[in-house]
Parts: sequence; structure tokens; C-alpha cells
Amino acid sequence: MSASIEMQVLKGSEHDLHPIYLDYSATTPVDPRVAAKMIPYITEHFGNPASRSHPYGWTAEKAVENAREEVAKLVNADPREIVWTSGATESNNLAIKGAANFYSAKGKHIITVTTEHKAVIDTVRELERQGFEATYLDPEPSGLLDLDKFKAAIRPDTVLASVMLVNNEIGVIQDITAIGNICRENGIIFHVDAAQATGKVHIDLEKLPVDLMSFSAHKTYGPKGIGALYVRRKPRIRIEAQMHGGGHERGMRSGTLATHQIVGMGEAFRIAREEMDEENIRIRRLRDKLLNGLQNIEEVYVNGDLEQRIPHNLNISFNYVEGESLIMAVKGIAVSSGSACTSASLEPSYVLRALGRSDELAHSSIRFSIGRFTTDEDVDYTISLMKGKIDKLRELSPLWEMFKDGVDLSKVEWAAH
Amino acid sequence: MAYSDKVLDHYENPRNVGSLDKNDPQVGTGMVGAPACGDVMKLMIKVNDSGIIEDAKFKTYGCGSAIASSSLVTEWLKGRTIEEAYAIKNSEIAEELALPPVKIHCSVLAEDAIKAAVADIKAKQAAKEAA
Repeated sequence: MSASIEMQVLKGSEHDLHPIYLDYSATTPVDPRVAAKMIPYITEHFGNPASRSHPYGWTAEKAVENAREEVAKLVNADPREIVWTSGATESNNLAIKGAANFYSAKGKHIITVTTEHKAVIDTVRELERQGFEATYLDPEPSGLLDLDKFKAAIRPDTVLASVMLVNNEIGVIQDITAIGNICRENGIIFHVDAAQATGKVHIDLEKLPVDLMSFSAHKTYGPKGIGALYVRRKPRIRIEAQMHGGGHERGMRSGTLATHQIVGMGEAFRIAREEMDEENIRIRRLRDKLLNGLQNIEEVYVNGDLEQRIPHNLNISFNYVEGESLIMAVKGIAVSSGSACTSASLEPSYVLRALGRSDELAHSSIRFSIGRFTTDEDVDYTISLMKGKIDKLRELSPLWEMFKDGVDLSKVEWAAH
Repeated sequence: MAYSDKVLDHYENPRNVGSLDKNDPQVGTGMVGAPACGDVMKLMIKVNDSGIIEDAKFKTYGCGSAIASSSLVTEWLKGRTIEEAYAIKNSEIAEELALPPVKIHCSVLAEDAIKAAVADIKAKQAAKEAA
């Protein structure tokens, strides 16, 4: 560790005002190449892609179709299988409500996982209010789904299953191939939320037994407000539209297409396809460096499986240190905490709870997510900062003192309040 | 979450961090809260024979407001009698630190910690008199 970094940590630094961004799982900056490509479609090429009667419309339509091809190429799908949406939340809603409603005569039971994104869980909850039944499976402590438990949850009336490819909080990669095969054997439609996966793991929809897959642009260096839903053509999957109007997107999603946003998503996904292999090597090296540095601290726990995981995510619990004070202490880096104390709820992360983590460990977690613009220096600073602040907070922590005195904290009778 | 300057000051430079000898008959200990709730406060006071608090130390696991609340009360306790200490209200702590409504429970916890420490020293004194 260089002396200058240690001084920065001790005395505070420019990073306190402009923190190092390590929250790429929340969102990513738009790649400058993407932004450059978008701009002409706001100004000169402003036409409505649905205008068939003049070159303004034709130019916009061509740009939209090029982008559709780029999105399809990244996941090895047919461009006709890509439907534009406003983002992964809308894609999840359209896929789950659309398929459940279309096929409801087949059955009204849905299977999903407790660690899914709220855009999936709350959509399934809404369907429950409309008369569907749902099973929410807990993953193993690794964050991965036990295939036997998935099989056991299947009922004769199970119509749809939804399992995410990469988890947003802990970065674990579910075995989509195996789960999809089970769905195929049982005639269940399979939806996958891949918002956190594009540009990080290879997706080949020609081989994957997946019927519907949700994508987002802004997690992959594209703009916010644009996403896509993959809807399989062979065998054809039907969905009921949730947005009605001009019949855009083959009637599945009406609304004038946001040309510039779509162009941005296409360019972002093109870059992801061409650069992801190289980028992942670099990010894995940075992740390993960060992990090694943080593991020198006592009583740290990695949340979620470390092998079946994208290298971009490191979710770590720092035992005996409370999450919100930790976030306060590390203002030189922009990270997210598993503890939602900043809201009024005081609830720790539901994802970490679903893994069976204790409240304390769930409260003390930080999600570091690394991306395209993270540097070695950023990682060095982060390690140094974390070490210094964890030491300071543990000196303040009665729990740390008790742990050091050999007290078994699980046997203490706490005065809960 | 925007913190007041006073909370930030106590959080950055906490006063009276540490522990006293819990077996000392003049030392009362109050530990309140629970790890599952996200905050635990341990407050220790040393009371002389005239009933005046000579020293106070704390350790807190919790958010910035919880750390600031306990740091503040250690400052307030020194030189007060245990009766005066017992009378400290959470609203005074919340007002001094300008705690937002979602953080009022931190000041409640600090008041509870004082009351628990006072109860502990009183129990020790009673046991001594009985002996």
C-alpha cells in the first residue's frame, strides 16, 4: 500500500466529495461511445420509427432494427424475438403477467425464488391477488437454487416459473440450463430475469431452454429507461399485452419507440459482445485483489457462492460492525449496504436473510460492484479505507469486545426493542 | 440521510470510548438493544461515595445517530448525581443532536442505557448494604 493512499485515508481525501464509484450493479455510466451514437437520434434523426411515408421515419426505423439486431446478437436470438420495453422492470411485468394470463387456462400456479428482484416478486404477488397461486423457494445458503426442491415444488397446474440468471445483490449465477430443462419436461413456461447478466456471462438463447428473458440497458453501460424482452418464436410463446395502443412491437407492447434510447442499448450491447471476454478477465483480477485485501480483516464473510458468481460483484459482511455506520464511515467510496437502515424500515436485506444469514451479518454487509472504469488505484484505496474504518468501528463496538472476550453472542439474552 | 453537524462531530470524534472494570463495586453497567435490531449500547458509569458520577464510558454498535447519542450522554453524565442522570430524557438528547424522526429510537436507547446503568449501580449498593 502506498504512503500517499494511507495519507488520503487518514486525512480524508478528494474522494470524500467525489467518491469512487463501486456500485455498478445499481447502474453504470453510459459509455461515451454509446452517448455519441445516441445524440444524432435526438436532434437530426428525430423521426418516428413508425412513420412509413417519409425518410425521417425510415431512418429511425433502420436505426431501431440495427439495434434490435445487436441486442439479439449478444444473446444469440433472432431479432424478431426482441421486444422493446422501458427497462427490466417492465420486461418482467410483461413476461410474467403476459404469459400467466395468456396460459391461465392451463393452470394458475407460479414458481419463483425469494431472492428474485422485487420486479419479479411483486409482480407474482400481484398475480396472487388476481387468483393465481405462487410458491417462493428459498435458495441454499450459497444463494443457488436446489434443483430437487425446484422439482418438488412443481404441481400439475404449474404454468410458469421465473428464476433470475445473475442475482443483483450477491452476483450468483443460477443454473438456468438445468432449471429450464426441468421446465421443458413439465410443460412449464420459463422466464429469466437477465438484467444483471448481459456483458458479464455468455447467453446463448439458441441453446438455453428459456422462453422469456428480460434485459436492461443501463446495467450494461447503456442509457436508463430502455430494456427488452426476449419472446421465443420456436416453439412460439404467446403473451398478453400489458400496454395497449398503436400495436407496436407486434402488438405485444404499444407505444412510440424511443429511437435514441434504443440506439444506445444496441450500441451498449454491441460493445458488450465484442469486449466482454477481455473485460471480464480484467474485472476478475481486480475482484481477486479486492477480495484478498479485505480477507486480511478478521471476521469477514463473503455472501453467496464465490465460484458460481460473476466477478463484478463482491458482497461482504463485516461482523460486529453495523451497516449504516459503516456506510457513513466509507464515504470515499460509493457502495450499497445490505442494511436498509436509511429507510424507516430498519430491515436488513431480504436477499441475505433468504440465504439464512443472521440479522447481524445481514446488517453489516456491503456490496462492492466493479465495472468498466474501475482501476487498480480505486481498489487499493478501497482496501485501505475499509481496513482503517472497520478497525475504528470495532473499537467502538461492544459486540466486538464481547467476541474478543470469548462471549457467545447467540447465547446472550438481548433486550429487544 | 443527512446528519446534523453535532451527530457528525460525535460520530467522527466519539468521546469517552471504552470500558471500566465491571467488577468494581463503584461501576454500574447498562447494556441495551439487540444485534438483530441493529443497535446495542453499553454504558458504564463510575459513581463515588457521594453518589456523583466520576467517569463514564461507552461502546455502541449501531448507526451514526446511536453512536452520537451514547457519546453525548457520557459527556452529560460526568459530574452529575445518579438521580440527575436518571432524570435525563430522550427528548433532550434528540433535541441536542437534532435527530430526525426515524432516529428518535437512538435517543430512547441512550436513555434506557442510563437507566440500566443506574439500576445496576443501585443493585450493587443494595447488595453491599445487605452484606
